[in-house]
Amino acid sequence: MSTSKTNWFAYWVVAIVAAGGTAAALLLLQNINQRKMEAKQTAFKLVDVFETTVDPLQWGKNFPRQYDSYLRTVDTQRTRHGGSEAFQKLDTDPHLRAIFDGYAFSIDYREERGHAYMLSDQRETERVHKKAQPGACVQCHASNVVAYRKLGIEKGAPGTVEMPFASKEAQAQLFKGFEEMCKMKFDDATKLVEHPVACIDCHDPDTMHLRVTKPGFLNGIRALAKSSDPVPHLPSIERWRKGDRSKDYDPNVEASRQEMRAMACGQCHVEYHFKGEGKLVTYPWMNGLKVEQIEKYYDDSGFSDWTHARSGAKVLKAQHPEFEMWSQGIHARSGVSCADCHMPYVREGAIKVSDHHTRSPMLNISRACQTCHSYSEEEISSRVAAIQDRTKKLLDASEQAVVDLIAALEQAKKDGMTDEQLLPVQKLQRAAQWRCDFVNAENSMGFHAPQEAARILGESIDLARQGQIELLKMQSGKTTTKSTASAK
Amino acid sequence: MERRAGITIAGLALAALIGICVGSAAYTFRFAEGTSYLSNDPKACVNCHIMREQYDGWQKAAHHANATCNDCHVPQDLVGKYYTKAEHGWRHSKGFTLQNFHEPIRITPESLAVVNANCVRCHEGLTSEITSHADPVRGLVNCTQCHARVGHGPRN
Repeated sequence: MSTSKTNWFAYWVVAIVAAGGTAAALLLLQNINQRKMEAKQTAFKLVDVFETTVDPLQWGKNFPRQYDSYLRTVDTQRTRHGGSEAFQKLDTDPHLRAIFDGYAFSIDYREERGHAYMLSDQRETERVHKKAQPGACVQCHASNVVAYRKLGIEKGAPGTVEMPFASKEAQAQLFKGFEEMCKMKFDDATKLVEHPVACIDCHDPDTMHLRVTKPGFLNGIRALAKSSDPVPHLPSIERWRKGDRSKDYDPNVEASRQEMRAMACGQCHVEYHFKGEGKLVTYPWMNGLKVEQIEKYYDDSGFSDWTHARSGAKVLKAQHPEFEMWSQGIHARSGVSCADCHMPYVREGAIKVSDHHTRSPMLNISRACQTCHSYSEEEISSRVAAIQDRTKKLLDASEQAVVDLIAALEQAKKDGMTDEQLLPVQKLQRAAQWRCDFVNAENSMGFHAPQEAARILGESIDLARQGQIELLKMQSGKTTTKSTASAK
Repeated sequence: MERRAGITIAGLALAALIGICVGSAAYTFRFAEGTSYLSNDPKACVNCHIMREQYDGWQKAAHHANATCNDCHVPQDLVGKYYTKAEHGWRHSKGFTLQNFHEPIRITPESLAVVNANCVRCHEGLTSEITSHADPVRGLVNCTQCHARVGHGPRN
C-alpha cells in the first residue's frame, strides 16, 4: 500500500509540473504573439479626424500612446535653471525688476509651465490683467488654425473651413483671420480659442505628416529664406536659394521630415514682435537668425518695446529665441532637431513612438542623450551642468553690468542731463540689455549654443561698461567745463 | 497498484499531459523562430525589433560587405560561439519578455572584449604594432572607442 501511495504522489508531481510547463509555454507564446502584433500595426483608426477637428481627445482615440504622453505636459518639475514650475523670476533674480522697469515684465515674470497650461496661464498672468494686450498674443498660446480660418471666412476670405490646409483658399483664410485676430483686444480674441496647442497645429489630419500652421512662422521663414544668412542646418532653405526663387519658400512643401521636427517647435519658440498698428506677430528674421541681425532689423525699423522708466532708453524685450539659439549650436549643425531631445523616441513593447510629453531633456537623459552619447547619465548631466553654470556666471555679470549702467543713467538724468545728451549711452544700454535678455529669455541657459551664448554675453558686458565709461567721460567733460568756468 | 507491461490509465494520461507540454513548448519555440538563432543570419538579430537601429545602420556601414553580426559579436570557436549565443539568448529574451532592460541598449564589457578580439582577428597584420603593447591593466586597446561607426554606421 505504501508503494502505491508513493507512486500516486510522483504522478501528481509530474502532472503539476507538466501543467505548469504548458501554461508557461502558452503564456510565452501569447507574449511573443503580442509583440509581433505590435510590430505589425501601430495605429488603429477608430474615428475620422478632419481639418476641423480641434479637440485632441478625438485624435487621441486613434493615437492613444502619443495622446497619453501629450497629456503629461501637466506635470511640473524644476530643473537646475528652469523646468516647468511657475516660480516668480522677479523674486529669484531681483535685477530683472530694474532691467524691465516700466514694462509689463516687471509686474509678473514667471517661469513657463508645460504646454497643457499655455492657454490658462496666459489668461491669468498679471501682464494681461494690468496692461491691455492685443489678440496677437493668441498666436502661440492656443490651437488656432481653425479659429483663424473661421474668422478669415467671416471677414471675407474664400472657401470653406473643410478645405485642405494646403489649398489656396485655406491659406487665404488663415492669413486673413490671423491679421484680423492680431489687432483684436486680447479678451475678445482669447474667447475664439479653447485648446492649448493641439494635434492639428503640427499634423495633417489625413496623413499625420508634420506641418507648420502658425502664420507668423510661415511669414518669418519665408523672409529668412530670402536673407543671405547661411543656414546649413536647414538644407531645404539652402536648396531653395539655389533655385529660381519664382515661388516663396514653403516649409510644408520643401522641408524634410527632420527639418520639420525642428520647425514645428520653431513655430512658437522664437523671437517676435507685434508690428505696427495691426499688431501683426512678426518674426524678425529678415537679416538672419543671429542676435545682431535681429537687432539690426529692429534698429532699422525704429522699433522699441518700451521706454525704460529709469534711464529713458528705448529698449527691447527678447522673447524666447530657442529656435534662433539652437540654429547657432553644434546640435543643429549635426542635424539634431528639437524633437530628437525634447520628444525622443520611446519604445512601448515592440513599437517606438515619439514622446509627446515635451520637457527638459535633463529629465529624460537616457532617451534624450544616450541614443547618441554613450556616457553614463551622471557624466552627461555634469557636462550639461558645466555649460549652464558657466553661462549663468556670465549672465550674472552681464545683468550686473546692465543694472549698473541703468543706475548711472538714472543718476545722470537726476543731475540734469537731457535725453538728447544721453542718447548715445541709452543706445548702448539698449544693445547691452538686448543681448543680456536674449540669453536670459532663451530657455536653455546657453546649452542650445554655448559659445554663441558666451559671445553674446561678452558683448553685453562690454557694451554696458562702454556706456558707463562714455557717461563718465561726459560727466568729467562737464565738470571740467564747469571748473574751468568757475576758475575764470 | 499493479504494473502490467508498464501501462496504466494514469500513466497514459500523464504521458499525454507531458506530450501537450512538449508540443506547446515546441510550437512556441517555432513561433518564436527559435532555430533562426542557431544560424548566422543577421535577420535573426532583429526578430525582437530592439536592435532594428543597429541592423539598419549595419546595412549602410563600412563593414556591411565583409562582416555580419556573428563575425564580430560571438567568438569564432564552436564552443565559445554557442556558449555566447546561449548566454546572450537567455539574457535578451528575459529582458524582452519582462521588459526590464536599460535603453538605449549598451554593450556589456564581456561582449566588448569579444568584439575587440574579432577586430584583431581580421586586422591582425595592420594592428600588430598597436596590440603588441596592450595596456597591462585594461588589456587590449578598445578599437571601437575611436572606430565606433564601422559596424553600425554613424548613429550607433
